[in-house]
Amino acid sequence: MAVDSSYKRVSHQPAGTVQLMVEGQMIEAIAGESVAAAVLQTGIRQTRTTPVSEAGRAPYCMMGVCFECLMEIDGVPNTQACMTEVREGMVVNIQRGSRSVSGESV
Amino acid sequence: MSAIERFDLVIVGAGPAGMAAADTASQQGLKVLMLDEQIRPGGQIYRSIGHTPIQDRSVLGPDYYAGEKLLAGLNQASLERLQGATVWEVREDNTLCFSVGGESRRVGFDKLLLATGAQERPAPFPGWTLPGVMTCGAAQILLKTSSMVPNGPLVIAGSGPLFLLIACQLLRAGVEIEALIETIPRANYRVALPELAGALRGWRYLIKGAKMLAEIRRYKVPFYKGVDQIRAEADSEGNLSEVIVQHGQEQQRIPCRTLLSHQGVIPNTQLGRAIGLEHSWDEVQLCWKPVLSEQGVSSHPDILVAGDSAGIGGAVVAEIQGQLVADAAARSLGKAGMPEPQRAGLKQQLSQQLAIRPFLDKLYRPAEAFIRPVDETVVCRCEEITAGEIRGLVELGCSGPNQTKAFCRSGMGACQGRQCGTTVSALLAEVQEKPIPDVGYYNIRMPIKPLTLGELASLNSYTEQRD
Ligand code: FES
Repeated sequence: MAVDSSYKRVSHQPAGTVQLMVEGQMIEAIAGESVAAAVLQTGIRQTRTTPVSEAGRAPYCMMGVCFECLMEIDGVPNTQACMTEVREGMVVNIQRGSRSVSGESV
Repeated sequence: MSAIERFDLVIVGAGPAGMAAADTASQQGLKVLMLDEQIRPGGQIYRSIGHTPIQDRSVLGPDYYAGEKLLAGLNQASLERLQGATVWEVREDNTLCFSVGGESRRVGFDKLLLATGAQERPAPFPGWTLPGVMTCGAAQILLKTSSMVPNGPLVIAGSGPLFLLIACQLLRAGVEIEALIETIPRANYRVALPELAGALRGWRYLIKGAKMLAEIRRYKVPFYKGVDQIRAEADSEGNLSEVIVQHGQEQQRIPCRTLLSHQGVIPNTQLGRAIGLEHSWDEVQLCWKPVLSEQGVSSHPDILVAGDSAGIGGAVVAEIQGQLVADAAARSLGKAGMPEPQRAGLKQQLSQQLAIRPFLDKLYRPAEAFIRPVDETVVCRCEEITAGEIRGLVELGCSGPNQTKAFCRSGMGACQGRQCGTTVSALLAEVQEKPIPDVGYYNIRMPIKPLTLGELASLNSYTEQRD
């Protein structure tokens, strides 16, 4: 895993891992964990930029209340990465800026 | 009458209150549906219970593994349970809509139990939006679900039981902590002291607190006390690089990569508010709570609330309340209910468990700086509105939180005010010199989570096909 990551694992059950693509890079995650957790150990520090000032943001609460973890997951923008379970072959991308990407949601 | 499936009791939330309620209700023979937003049951306190990749049980400690008993009860209970399910609308005809796996469903209920738990108190300070700043709760979730710990340098700031607990858990996991910054105002000790006698009934909690402090001392972590204000600063890329600690006249800069902050927890009232349940302001816990009868019945006769979403009491209180409220619901639906001595025993335990609260609430009341932050602080994270902008709105004729939405879009972003609601009310009250209850809170509307078109479309086809 990238040396520059913000989080690292301290213990790890060998069973149950999945592979997913984050910003074009294949990474390994523990089955049953959230996309946000998986992304935090990649070295990516900013998981979205804001629509207003394009400031970088990252998961803040990890429990679904702050909506800072919005990412593009399997092509769907504005998805809460902390509430989404990792799945084999998932494609995850940083959500960049403008509100216009929210076209899918109401 | 449509063919929508009906349940005697629908429980929202699978934390301690929800898990205990589910067990009690199914034992009483109720037809129960449990809906939980998270990937696995446990709520936040017992997050990933039964599945945590942490192998050394001393890291998370025995209080965490107390959840195993609840999980076992839940697993053997006869009920329908859906994880990853978000309730986004409750209708007047006692039906509700939820989405799970990208699709929506609608079900009916006789009784609805909201056991939606707590969220960490939004406690803004300059720089709290920077990547690298997280809540203590978030770090604990990463530890429980993923056995992940912050790469240093790490600073932890704030106050409350979770502030001490996460520090201990990370230390036990081998993490080095650069500094612990405690923000308890000195005056709190004086205010809390008279509550200590009552708190002695909850002496186990006091001992736990003392043990955690001793543990932290053993690791020789630099511990700053009575800090008035913190500020997070960014590097050239916009990521957290240091925290500035304001200590009376003194300032100290501590370089860090991760800053965990915490100022206690408040009830998660989003769903109850969207339903339109009555809420009141609790001046001691500094939060809004649903107005409830002793049986946990809200201002809507068929909607009950238990656990931290009813008012902060912690995991054990939530578990007892869950049982009592489910029992009351079962009796109101014509079931026998639990034997009277059992009910009386639970009530007695409840009062004993609550004895510590007045002391904790007063000791850990957040410092002013986190309730009514300095002007430059972003308070609405979604729409990037500062405390100064909110204060300035009063002069323009904006007196309540719902007007601020129109003036500056605060509270209109994706989180629907979950992160700014309490602060915006506090700021408007401050400028107008009014009590917070007079200023009120945002009106929350359904759906309480942004929905995709797919989720809405699937609901339409579902109802058409069933109606
Ligand atoms: S990190 Fe807060 S909602 Fe996902």
